[in-house]
Amino acid sequence: MRLSPRRIKEFIIERLIFASGIASILFVALIFVFLLREGIAVLRTTGLLSFLGGKFWYPISDPARLGILPLILGSLVVTLGAILIAVPLGISAAFYIAEIAPIRLRNILKSFVEILAAIPSVVLGFLGIKILVPFLKNFLGLPTGLTALAGSIMLAFMAMPTIISISEDAINAVPREYKEGALALGATHWQTLHRVVLHGALPGIIAAVMLGIGRVFGETMAVMMVTGNAAVIPHGLLQPVRTLTATIAAEMGEAAKGSPHYSALFAIGIVLFVISFLINLTADLFLNKSRGRTR
Amino acid sequence: MKNEIVKQKIGFGLLLLAVLLVVIPVLCIVGLLLFRGAGALSWQFLFTMPREGMRAGGIFPAIVGTFYLVIASLIFALPIGVLAAIYLSEYARDNALTRLINLSIINLAGVSSVVYGLFGLSLFVVFLKFGVSIISGALTLGIMTLPVIITTTREALQAVPRAYREVSFSLGASRWQTVRHAVLPRALPGILTGTILSVGRVAGETAPILFTVAAFYLPQLPASLSDQVMALPYHLYIITTQIPGIPEKARYGTALVLIGLVLIVNISASILRAKYRKAK
Repeated sequence: MRLSPRRIKEFIIERLIFASGIASILFVALIFVFLLREGIAVLRTTGLLSFLGGKFWYPISDPARLGILPLILGSLVVTLGAILIAVPLGISAAFYIAEIAPIRLRNILKSFVEILAAIPSVVLGFLGIKILVPFLKNFLGLPTGLTALAGSIMLAFMAMPTIISISEDAINAVPREYKEGALALGATHWQTLHRVVLHGALPGIIAAVMLGIGRVFGETMAVMMVTGNAAVIPHGLLQPVRTLTATIAAEMGEAAKGSPHYSALFAIGIVLFVISFLINLTADLFLNKSRGRTR
Repeated sequence: MKNEIVKQKIGFGLLLLAVLLVVIPVLCIVGLLLFRGAGALSWQFLFTMPREGMRAGGIFPAIVGTFYLVIASLIFALPIGVLAAIYLSEYARDNALTRLINLSIINLAGVSSVVYGLFGLSLFVVFLKFGVSIISGALTLGIMTLPVIITTTREALQAVPRAYREVSFSLGASRWQTVRHAVLPRALPGILTGTILSVGRVAGETAPILFTVAAFYLPQLPASLSDQVMALPYHLYIITTQIPGIPEKARYGTALVLIGLVLIVNISASILRAKYRKAK
């Protein structure tokens, strides 16, 4: 068979399409390899256990102490606070938008959620410093408003668009028959919502919460600007903390290339990468489950 | 029964309260930035160089820098993203490779933005020796935005009815001809929406550009792809936290320009999407 120019052109294009298709795999692998390339040295200089479990992060003392336990706990405290705020609010808002609001109001509310999702994190951090931090300081009578709580409130607003829109999809995906059945049995609209629809939408809502957690855990700028950045083991929401992400962003500029500090920052990147991978994987399993159940 | 109706009223009231707690802060954020930032906006603020260590003058180089980063990252990410979506929607079979690709996309979408910054530093700045430059920053931002482009494009492609493909195949068209002439034109508005959304994302991100491109204070425009640039989000970050004595007006003004840019981009994406849905 003779190859016409059209055939050759198509062959090339289809190769390009395939190459682009697998590019995502390549990029994930590249991210992991290049984090590892710079970060692996921490095993030699600090050791895995004293890196993950070390209670002191003094990167510029001599010798440097590079334990990230305070940073891990800082991230956990801020994330937990954010989730406690964002989950009840987000799921309730999703129910209101999906089930109660009339269609015109629904569209308006959805565009508000989209605007919230679009606000750059550095702008939220800026307003956090200007408005939220002084407010918390005066309202709670704290020595400083730059606390884990400020970070949690900021992050709750960054997680809410994710939680609301994915929960809303899950609620809309509950088959009509479930609802109609409940209403026909004499249940009120409210009983139908919290006994039937909530149950049907649960896997999707769990996925929404997981993705919200992923968003919060990896968020950098807003949290760095409002949490006060004290790398000590946190004992509550009302004191300054420092997260894993903020540590990288704040210190990479000063770390000398190739120093133990530099590789420790990359190793923190590996920790973040692995955690986000696990969170997203779990969320995806729940999403597939929710799709499988309703279709 | 009356009891149940009271319960329902309380329940609905609580849900409404939750919505208000989400919506009102959004209104406050936008309103406050408009109220305090609008006064700073002037020809001079938008289109002149910063002076006196950024305490006076304008933010022109930051606006230009962000513009360059958006364009350069799209030139890289748009073709790869659209072709990848075509692969997934039109060519891929349901096999292990496809599942691996999907998993990778989910993972790329979930990676923390500061981890992208580390990756860009390690691969582009250091290993490939591009240095701290527009090219390093744009490639980093481009990879970060790929999942957005791929997912929205794939949705747009899959929304094209099967019949279009079947008719095209039955006329003897090859798979690529079908994609090119029967599917892509119908999916174009959807692809455009995704592209615009990724522009908004790129324009607002700070962490990925921290170590790959952003310049602290550089009152001149870049001459080539290997120059550093200032960028709006990074500029807002440093004048808020790193330099004392910046006039409040300039801070709010910068925040307003940034959020204005991102919102205009997003609103045009939703208008486009709404029009497209109506047309169908």
